[in-house]
Amino acid sequence: MNILISNASDKPIYEQITSQLKQMIINGELEAGSQLSSMRMLAKELRISVITTKRAYEDLERDGFIYTVVGKGSYVAEKNMEFIREEQLKIVEDYLTKAVEGAKAGGIELDEMQEILQILYKEDR
Amino acid sequence: MKGKSNTFNISNTSNNENSKFAITINNLVKQYDDFKLNHINFQVPKGSIMGFVGENGAGKTTTMKAILDLITIDEGEITILGSDSRNLPKEKKALIGVVLDGSNLHDNLNVNNINLIMQRIYLNWEERIFYEYIKRFNLPETKILKEYSRGMKMKLSIVIALSHHAKLLILDEATSGLDPMVREEILDIFLEFMQDEEHTILFSSHIISDIEKIADYVTFIHKGNIVFSKNKDDLIYQHGLIHCKKDEVNQIDKAYIVGVRENRYGAEVLIKNKALFQRQYNNFKVDRTTIEEIMLFITRGKESF
Repeated sequence: MNILISNASDKPIYEQITSQLKQMIINGELEAGSQLSSMRMLAKELRISVITTKRAYEDLERDGFIYTVVGKGSYVAEKNMEFIREEQLKIVEDYLTKAVEGAKAGGIELDEMQEILQILYKEDR
Repeated sequence: MKGKSNTFNISNTSNNENSKFAITINNLVKQYDDFKLNHINFQVPKGSIMGFVGENGAGKTTTMKAILDLITIDEGEITILGSDSRNLPKEKKALIGVVLDGSNLHDNLNVNNINLIMQRIYLNWEERIFYEYIKRFNLPETKILKEYSRGMKMKLSIVIALSHHAKLLILDEATSGLDPMVREEILDIFLEFMQDEEHTILFSSHIISDIEKIADYVTFIHKGNIVFSKNKDDLIYQHGLIHCKKDEVNQIDKAYIVGVRENRYGAEVLIKNKALFQRQYNNFKVDRTTIEEIMLFITRGKESF
């Protein structure tokens, strides 16, 4: 399992962690029921603050990707993957709606938007 | 005047053993002829690393000495591990590991002498852990401390602080004056120490990058006053830096502006409530900022009053 943190990224570190873990959960690299390393261990390995990994795990838990057993650790949730995909899709739609609004306000054509989308999709992991 | 105190509570204080805080400082005042710790309030949550920052002479060391009851305080109270710092029971003292700036060990001692001395001082001294760290840090066992470099002395002080099952580490400038490799080693040791949820670190440094890397909370002291004591991520991600033309600065709602720095060719504006700002203004590009920048903008702003 790889988690790559970039300090140059505009994305906060906790978001970099959540999005990479989400991706691994969605594509099955992390199986339901498998245990994640403790947030203190993750912080130590990545050389970042515990408060950052804590925030990442809390966000993942809030979104239903993982669950935590007090005193034992965090596990990948036995969740309906379709539901997760659905949720992500909703988020994507929300953002795209905003993007379309912005584009229309600025007179940006669909072609140009598609082009931007392609570039963004390929460059950001 | 007592009324003008700085309160930046992370949450409520409580005095019992099960408190969420390893250290609680309440309204601390220490008056010197030319300097005053001015009604200091902050708390160090258990299980976290608190970075304590501020320029030289801001009051970091004085605050730490007050916490350790090395100086008498004029007003206020400090609670450590649930007890008043002024009469901390012996078994609680044993749970604190301390590193103050500069080595306080005699120059003619070597590592083996120190092991023997510390066995007598600390109730829970653990020789095995001590020598493990000595090996890991490559500290020569037979050389006397006089022949140790500054980095070696600092590492030795940290090893001592870690070799008696401390739950709370209080370190004053433990990484200052050391090269990046040694600092990295020390930060790793801190993160290792933090694997236990009951462990807490308060460390001061003016190397802000070290604090930016591993601290959970940051407390900033300036001229004897606490400017902020906050969750590090909130601090970094809620602030942002804008580069714009000088005349564009007035377009920004003043409520967002923390500080402005102008030069001949433009202006830099530090803003807070970044997410809200970005929703309100899409014509400004907001860059990430650092604790160091936040500190500089805030203190510059203050100076102009």
